[in-house]
Order: sequence, then C-alpha cells, then structure tokens
Amino acid sequence: MHADQESIRKSIRSYMIVGALLLMFTGITVAANQFHLAVPAAITLALLIATIKGSMVASVFMHLSHEKKWIYGALLLTAVFFVVLLFLPLLTTEGGIGTPTAQPARPEAHEPH
Amino acid sequence: MEIPYTVEPRPDSGLANGKLGIWLFLASEVMLFGALFSTYILLRVGAPEWPHGELSVKLGAINTVILICSSVTMVMSWASLKLNDFSKGRMYLLITIVLAAVFLVNKYFEYADHFARGEGPWHSTFLAIYFTLTGLHGLHIIGGIVVMLYLLGPGAGLWKRHPEQYANRIEYTGLYWHFVDLVWIFLFPVLYLL
Amino acid sequence: MDKVETGTAHGHAHAHDHAHEELGFWRKYVFSVDHKVIGIQYAITGLLFLLFGFCLMMLMRFQLAYPGHPIPVIGGWFGADKAPGGIMLPEFYNQLGAMHGTIMVFLGVVPLAVGGFGNFVMPLQVGAPDMAFPKLNMMSYWVYFVGGVVMLASFFLPGGAAQSGWTSYPPLSVIATLGQTGWLVGMIFLITSSLLGSINFIVTIVQLRAKGLSYMRLPFFVWAQLVTSFLLLLAFPPLEAAGVLQLMDRLAGTSFFMPSGLVVSGRPLTVSGGGNPLLWQHLFWFLAHPEVYVLILPAMGIVSEVIANNTRKPLWGYRALVYSIIFLGFMSFIVWAHHMFMTGMGTSISAFFQVTTMIISIPSVVILTALLLSLWGASIRFTTPMLFALAFLPMFGIGGLTGLPLGLAPSDIHLHDTYYVIGHFHYVVAPGTIFALFAGVYYWFPKATGRKMNDLLGKIHFWGSFICINLVFMPMFIQGLGGMNRRMYDGGMQYAHNAGLLKWNLVIGFAAWGLGLFQLPFILNFFSSIKWGAVVDRNPWEATTLEWSAPSPPGHGNFVTEPIVYRGPYEYSVPGAATDFTPQFEPKGA
Repeated sequence: MHADQESIRKSIRSYMIVGALLLMFTGITVAANQFHLAVPAAITLALLIATIKGSMVASVFMHLSHEKKWIYGALLLTAVFFVVLLFLPLLTTEGGIGTPTAQPARPEAHEPH
Repeated sequence: MEIPYTVEPRPDSGLANGKLGIWLFLASEVMLFGALFSTYILLRVGAPEWPHGELSVKLGAINTVILICSSVTMVMSWASLKLNDFSKGRMYLLITIVLAAVFLVNKYFEYADHFARGEGPWHSTFLAIYFTLTGLHGLHIIGGIVVMLYLLGPGAGLWKRHPEQYANRIEYTGLYWHFVDLVWIFLFPVLYLL
Repeated sequence: MDKVETGTAHGHAHAHDHAHEELGFWRKYVFSVDHKVIGIQYAITGLLFLLFGFCLMMLMRFQLAYPGHPIPVIGGWFGADKAPGGIMLPEFYNQLGAMHGTIMVFLGVVPLAVGGFGNFVMPLQVGAPDMAFPKLNMMSYWVYFVGGVVMLASFFLPGGAAQSGWTSYPPLSVIATLGQTGWLVGMIFLITSSLLGSINFIVTIVQLRAKGLSYMRLPFFVWAQLVTSFLLLLAFPPLEAAGVLQLMDRLAGTSFFMPSGLVVSGRPLTVSGGGNPLLWQHLFWFLAHPEVYVLILPAMGIVSEVIANNTRKPLWGYRALVYSIIFLGFMSFIVWAHHMFMTGMGTSISAFFQVTTMIISIPSVVILTALLLSLWGASIRFTTPMLFALAFLPMFGIGGLTGLPLGLAPSDIHLHDTYYVIGHFHYVVAPGTIFALFAGVYYWFPKATGRKMNDLLGKIHFWGSFICINLVFMPMFIQGLGGMNRRMYDGGMQYAHNAGLLKWNLVIGFAAWGLGLFQLPFILNFFSSIKWGAVVDRNPWEATTLEWSAPSPPGHGNFVTEPIVYRGPYEYSVPGAATDFTPQFEPKGA
C-alpha cells in the first residue's frame, strides 16, 4: 500500500488551502466577537464557525473524508452519545416537578455587557 | 510470532491495527472532553451571571493560530515521509514541537497572570471550568510533545528498518494532534468569546 | 505451560530471529505480553478481590444482624478509629459499604469477566495468535493492579477508606476524609486500564479474525465482549472527567459540585459555590448504567457458550441474540437517569427515561428467552459449568423483573434507596453474573491448565451456593417493600416501621455464612486441580469453537496450524454427521 506521489502532492495543496481557511475563519470569529451579538445568536455563530473549522480539520487533515466504514461507524456512535451527554442533563433541569398550572422558576443566564 | 496487519491493512476492514486503535482512542477522548463541555453547559445555565472579559482574547487568538499552523506542519511531516523525504519530515516534526512549546509558554503566562491576582480555579465556577478544560487540554499537548520527541529522537531508527511503519506512527500521532487542535477550535470561542 | 511449536499462523512465513528464545521468569510470568498469562493474572487478581469484597460484606452483615455487638474473634484487628472494643463505628460501616461495592464491581467482577475471560478466551475464539497490542495489554493489567493497591491502601489513611457509597455523591464526598481522594485516584487508574483494554479488544476482534470467521460466525461470547468493549470505551471517560472534577473540588477548592450557601457542622463553607451536585450524578450514572451492562454481557456470553455445548444443539435464535445485544448496548447509554428519579427532574424528561428503561428490557428478555428456548428438545449434560449456566437463567430473570418497578418512577418513589434495590442488583450480579463466571471457570479451566476440575466438589459448590445465595438476597425484597432503607449501619433499628423486618437480618447473616463456607470447596478444587486434576486433551467438552482446536494449554502463538473456519459456531447434532458435534475448524468433507 503505497500512496502515489501525485495524490500526496495534491493533498499537500489542500492542506495549505485548508490551513489558510482555518486562519481566516479564526479571524472572522474574533472579529464577530466585537459586535456583541445577543447571546443566542453569538453562541450559534461561534459554534457554527467552530464546526466548519473542525470539519475541515477532520475531513482533510485527519483524512476522514476517505476513511473506512468501521471508523465512520465508531465516530457516528460517539457523536450520538456526545450529543446525549451534552444536552440530556440540561433537559433534566427544565420544568420543575411538573405541576401543570405553576410556571416553574428557572435561573436565566444574564445578558452580559 | 507476528501480529498480522500491524503495518499492511486487512483487506475486509481496509485498516491497519494502529489506525483503528488510534481512532477508537480519539472516540474515547471525544467523550472525555464532552463531559467537560456538559459541565460547562450545566454550570453556565445554572448560574445567575457569567463573567466576561476575564480572559485575554489576544493570547487565545494567538494560541489558536499557533495550533492551526502546528496542525499544518504535522500533516506536512507525514506527507513528506510518504514522498520518501525523511529530512523534510523531521524538519516539519521539529517545527510542530516548537509551535506546541510556544503554545504552552503562552498558556503559562495566562495562568500566571490569573494566579498573581489570586484568581485560581477556586475563585468562581467560570475559572474552575476554564482551568480544568484548558489544563486537561494542556496535558494533552504535553503528551503529544512527548510522543513527538520520541519519534524525532530514539524512535526515529524505525525509519531505516520499517519506513512504512514509521510513517504510520507519524500519521497516528498526527491524528491525535489534529484532535487536540480540534478541541481547541471549540474551546477558544466557548471560553474566550462567548 | 507447554512450549509448542508455532506453525505458520495466517499464512505468513515466519522469519523468527527472537520469538522462541526462552524468556526469564519475570518476562514469562510477571511482565508477560502473552494474552493467556495476562488473562490468568486478571482472573486470579479478580477472584482474590471478590473474596476480599465478600469478607467486607461479612463484617457488615454481622453488624446488621447484631447491631452494636463486638465483632467476634477478629474485632480487635480494626483499631479504635474503626471499631473500638470490637464494636463497629458507623464510619467504619460506611467504609465497608462503599468499598464492598467499589471492589466487587471495579476490582472483582469486571476484571474477571472482561480482563480474565475476555483476554484468555477471545483471541483463541477468533483464531488470533495474541491480542492486537500485546504490550498495551500488559500495561492494562499493571495499571489495574496499581489501582487496586491504591484502593486497598486507602483503608489505612487517616479517617479510613472512602465512605460516601460507591456512588460518591457530593457534597458529602467532597467534605469526606482522605480516603475519598484515594478512591478517586484509584478510579483514575482503573478507568485508564479499562480504556486501554477496550481498544485492544475491539481492534483484535475486527482485525485478527481467522480466515473464514465472518462476524455472523463468531461465538456469541465474542459478540458480548465486542459490545462490552464499546460500552467501556465510550461510557468511562465521563466518569474519569467527573473524578478529576471531584478531585479539584476536594484539593483545589473548586465548586463544580458544591452549591452556594452550604453549611457544614454549623459553619458556612468558604468556597465560591455555584456548583451543582446533580452534575456529579449525571456524569457518574452516565458511566455507571452502561457499567451494569458491562457486568452482565460477558456473563450472557459465557452462559451461551456453556449452554450450546451442554445441550448438544445450536443456540436458538443466533441472529436475534446478536441484534439484541447490539441494541442493548446502544440503549444502555440513554437510560441512566432512572437512577435519579428522586432528584426533582421534570415529568417529560422523567417519562423519556422511563420509556427508554422499559424498552431496554426487551432485548434482555429476547436474550433470556433465546437461551431458554435453546434448552427445548436438548440432550442436556448436567456438568458443573452447565449447572451454573442453567441457574443463571431464572436468577437473571428475577433480577431483571425486579428492575421493572424501579425503572418506573411512581413505584420507584417507594422503592428507591431501600433494600429492594439491593436485592434487585445483587440478583443480577451475584446469582447472575458471578454464577456465570463460575460456569466459565469450570468450563475453560481445562483449556488453561490441561486438567479438569473435580466434579463432585463442583456440585457441592453449586448446590450450596445456589441455596444460600437465594436465602441471602430474597429476604431483601421483603425488607425493601416494607420500607427498610439501605446504607443504615444499625440495620434499620432506629425506625419503628422496620421492627418486623429486622429478623430477616439474622436469616441473611446466617445464609451469608453458609455462602462463604460453600466457596471453600471451590477454592480447594481450583488449586488442587492445577496439580492433581484429571488430565485432558484439546477438546474435553467436545465443543465446536476455535479455542478447542488449540493445545491445552496453548503455547506461544496459540495454534499449531493456521486456524481456518468452515462453518458457524454451534454446529451440534448436525444430521448425518458422524459425531454430535462438528467443530468450526473441522475441514469440510473430512
């Protein structure tokens, strides 16, 4: 199994391009921070950009775009459990004990300025 | 007695043992950092107010740039080895180590700055999760440096005996390193910007 | 162990320059990279920890049967800080409780079931010369060993061992004595060992299967180990993270789990506050629920092997078993908060977890039913391993059924934190898993040693254990339904509603003694058979899976000729065949 020289050279080109894109997106993230968006919008934008950057690292640098089924399968499984771990505990803090008439008091994350 | 598929891939899975092994390890690392991100979410949602501007965005951004560059040099190291250029491969590996060290130095300055003001992880839940997330990430950087130094130094002899196996080891180290970069790509906006 | 010539495994020509040099004692028996040696190391260490955990329980049961009485004979061993005048202090009772659970689960059952049986049997069953990463395998064992030493040493720390339950809930665990730090450090070692091991198992099963061994021809034991390894791989890291967080709360004064305004012994704590004790519970149970499937899955695998072999029939519903165990593994990640129904979560999310918990019982029932149906029309051989495997079925049934009222919030309100819970989980682990592990020991002992264990001693071990273990755990359901709380050092005496239930503590205590005594024939049998057991050849049980094609015990590299698989794993009583078993490795038309 020897990857041929030509495909490696092509890959090197894509590594450089992705590297440049990553730096650019970093700049955008920092610049966007200057605009002091509302918290939900700020979170969405920041995570969106981070996800784009992360996807590029994964698919190009880590060669994930042409990896094998077992790797995809293990990662997909991990991704599902990652989401579960991140959001299900949060859901247990919603709603109080469940009295239908009373509005449960919930600590709001304050808008920082 | 030899273990099969240590270097050449098994036909039906298309993988060498080490490749599958390192990806499984990274999967477990996703869950490890996931738990800390879950901690961050739960603590922040439960907090009446969350601090801002306590961290140096400049230093954080510089460190982000440093890690991105180190990711490029890491993959270039592997690519050079695949093109049979051992000296270029070593050079890129060395640059990666240097960049990683600079990252740690920056981190040291950041931490020292907080501690000088008596603000350690005990000071607030924000600082607690900040120090823990970046501290664990920093330990992973150190681990990566150790492995890279080994491959640069005593482990480099493998190139002469089994060049393909050596290139594979660089590839697996690279996968680990890109993962460390990936974690930082999320850590930076979450801790420093939001 | 025999030194057997290694043949050409997997068709590779061997250019041995170093492989057959005689290794010194330390490299051969202590720091070995051979999966069989490592498996035996895990098994013996695990069995020793099971014995130690059992002894901790015996101390507890004495206190529960005779609260406030001095412990007879050995009461003076524990010192004034644990049992002055031989009378157990509540703090010591709590240490025994927390460490009994921790040791049984993390140092006993899992190392034996996964580290022991998984390591020894699985590479042989897939036809591999060893694990994919032999050195990593060795490291896994020694990291586990260090973790075990740390856990044991914690008893000698000032204030004693961890005493906040095996569940280590904050804020109690954060303000507890030094032993809790020892527990956290020990857990980090154990979790690391587990992670390294799980990677090794998965890569070995995927990459090192013999020619002709497709996934659907794998013995069910291997499937069980594969799913178990994924559970360990993905569920343990959050507990590792949580352990670090609790260490930081204890040592660095952080407030991950410490709420604001906490007052301890009349004094407000000087921490930043803002933490969430429930955060620990989520991270802990995110692991600990899959962990209980780690406890049961290898047992189901062992029982399946023994049942197939001793019914002389293929297992009923192989595909159903495989799909069920995969589904079970997946579901195990999304049920954890059924341990937290009493923490005040909203009804919607509570309903979610109740639903997933009910759903997860389905694959369990499918597996149990398939194993039961495998007995139908069989020529059952009542060998010692088969007795334990058969007993597993109704015992796991009781354990599983008693889980249902716990998994539904309305009934859990009454049963949570009572002895009903203790009865439930012990039924699945003790007459469940541990019986399956005994079955495995009797079954694979000949492969590991070249000798069979004594059958009469085995039967005494079985019948005595079976009767006593039911007498130990069945009364706990009565106590729990009557409202007796768990973790009470006085056996519940201080609550009037427990008055009629206290007599069961005596029954349980005596039955526990009986259970302990009936382990003596096993221990005697185990060690004496190594020297004097009946000598056997490769396949004394006339079984069909690959491990029985290797010598007993297998040498370095396992197989004399390259293992090739021609058929499924349970081809027993094939019509027209000369014998009532057709091994996987027997060539076609032989």
